[in-house]
Amino acid sequence: MKSLEELRALKAKVKNDMSLRDGADDTRVVVGMATCGIAAGARPVMNAFVEEVSKRNIKNVQVTMTGCMGLCRLEPIVEVIDKDGNKVTYVKMNAEKAARVVAEHLVNGHVVSEYTIGATAQ
Amino acid sequence: MQIYRSHVLVCSGTGCTASGSAGLFDEFESQLKTNGLENEVKIVKTGCFGLCAEGPIVVVYPEGSMYCRVKKEDVAEIVSEHLLKGRIVKRLLQGNEEQAKAADAENTDFFKKQLRIALRNCGKINPENIDEYIAEDGYEALGRVITTMTPEQVIDIMLKSGLRGRGGAGFPTGRKWDFARKSVSDKKYVCCNADEGDPGAFMDRSVLEGDPHVVLEAMAIAGYAIGSDQGYIYVRAEYPIAVKRLEIAIKQAKEYGLLGKNILGTDFSFDIELRLGAGAFVCGEETALMTSIEGHRGEPRPRPPFPAVKGLFQQPTILNNVETYANVPRIILNGPEWFSSIGSERSKGTKVFAVGGKINNTGLVEIPMGTTLREVVYDIGGGIPNGKKFKAAQTGGPSGGCIPASLIDTPIEYDTLIEIGSMMGSGGLIVMDEDTCMVDLAKFFLSFTVEESCGKCPPCRIGTKRMYDILEKITSGKGELSDIDDLYALASAIKNSALCGLGQTAPNPVLSTLRYFKDEYIAHVVDKKCPAGVCKNLLQYKIVADKCRGCSLCSKKCPVGCISGEIKKPFVIDQSKCIKCGTCMDTCKFGAIVKE
Repeated sequence: MKSLEELRALKAKVKNDMSLRDGADDTRVVVGMATCGIAAGARPVMNAFVEEVSKRNIKNVQVTMTGCMGLCRLEPIVEVIDKDGNKVTYVKMNAEKAARVVAEHLVNGHVVSEYTIGATAQ
Repeated sequence: MQIYRSHVLVCSGTGCTASGSAGLFDEFESQLKTNGLENEVKIVKTGCFGLCAEGPIVVVYPEGSMYCRVKKEDVAEIVSEHLLKGRIVKRLLQGNEEQAKAADAENTDFFKKQLRIALRNCGKINPENIDEYIAEDGYEALGRVITTMTPEQVIDIMLKSGLRGRGGAGFPTGRKWDFARKSVSDKKYVCCNADEGDPGAFMDRSVLEGDPHVVLEAMAIAGYAIGSDQGYIYVRAEYPIAVKRLEIAIKQAKEYGLLGKNILGTDFSFDIELRLGAGAFVCGEETALMTSIEGHRGEPRPRPPFPAVKGLFQQPTILNNVETYANVPRIILNGPEWFSSIGSERSKGTKVFAVGGKINNTGLVEIPMGTTLREVVYDIGGGIPNGKKFKAAQTGGPSGGCIPASLIDTPIEYDTLIEIGSMMGSGGLIVMDEDTCMVDLAKFFLSFTVEESCGKCPPCRIGTKRMYDILEKITSGKGELSDIDDLYALASAIKNSALCGLGQTAPNPVLSTLRYFKDEYIAHVVDKKCPAGVCKNLLQYKIVADKCRGCSLCSKKCPVGCISGEIKKPFVIDQSKCIKCGTCMDTCKFGAIVKE
């Protein structure tokens, strides 16, 4: 390394990976990963979230998972919980929908209402 | 770069390695493979989390769940439940059920009152990976210092921050650097004292094992400030993990050009070498340490000249403790005002304590200066096991003194501790309950000093031995009142005439126990009794006739056959034969045997 700029460039590169361990004020993307969720295809959904979030270099978002919410027929279910605890529940997700949620909800703050539980469940 | 959705941090500090964390790492690796998660979950070896009593510790992020006492068999469950299905394995979380709900380690009592500056990366980063240190602002402070500041500005920041040496004596770090800066010489040295020798202290070890780069970075900053291009870390060979990680860290830093010639393209060059000590207590004393680095027998030399004027190889040298260095990069990054806003009026910042002895949460804690001993023992430490009463705490190891229960609300800072006859020391904090005999405790620390005295000066070599003999006499029931006066006389002679700091402070454990627990000394000497029931020669096991049912169990168990009696009638112990092993007391089902 020949300059402070080089050090900072490396830091920017490795920082993202470490942000996972910082915690508290993050928006959480919680993917239902019980047997029902996995069977319905939750794993590609989660991977899509992880990839999109890192590709767009979005800070303060954790992608994590949870068990069965009891609504197995609507799996894969994804909940987006902001730092104040407000929750949006997306259902019957897939990888493409995940990318859209990242772009519209996580980046721009607009809930993708057509994927939410209220729009889809009926 | 591979992005992971979850990180599993396996503690690989000494405490957890001893309780089996190395096996966990491999087990996680194979379980993740079995479940096809190896590309989603990253396993990281990290440094000490501080809660050594509950080790081996595994923390899973992003949830921050801290799993305690994890066994190899538990790994499969953590992987299949938590990592695959996202269900936290509650039974392995720390503490009671109330705390288990918190799930995030930071919300537990143990961490809530702590403020981690020196330990901020311990348990968070992989100490063997320089990238993770850099991600946490690593080497940024060094970069800023050598590209934008003058050495005087760096020293000014250190002076303003109010940082004082964490090795024990508490000398202001900035002033030390200032002296060395002003000493004129073409060769100067920066040394790191990692020869942690107090019984029960393991703070420096944990910093080196959990965050070795912070020490390297701070030493380079110190080198720039005083005008030195060579550093030495004196670390004991008994710390194999610390030595290994330091070696790795130095190698990585050199590869990145963060140590060596022309760091970050500037004119500043700095190199660091390790020197392994053989574990002599005296080598923690600064002049003895430097003598040892020079290749001689580790013995102290008289001061002045102080190291800042004539230190290593007769050149101006600064010597700071590991924990002191661990604070330096953060002070540069956050500013001296930030640091001096933490802590109390006269003691700034935080202090790390290795808490041990009769306490539930044995481990490593970092608290703002001015926190009371009560908070450390009861809130962070989780109180005394088995509902026993707090009697005293020893700080400063064999150079320090005890803090009795009556002073438990004393704020922990340099000056208050000295006022009450103890000292900050390097950070060992040994908690004692009602079963500890204070005379015996003083004898223990003195036996350590006698053993470790280098023998160069007579006050320490002979004086501490004589004091030890007197304590031996008192604890074996042959003491006289004049012995206590002799202890005082010897203590003051040693304090005034020993060559180095370790000798001068060696009588402290005796003086402080005499100050707060003189009645225990008197009880040993006059009544020939040990109130805590520790000193064997002064106690007797007796059978209370009213309670004894005459079951004969004790007499069967007694290894010397000194208990006799008739079945269903009270038994008796023959005191002339009794070896005071206590087996009878443990055996008796009716609580009929007492120790007095």
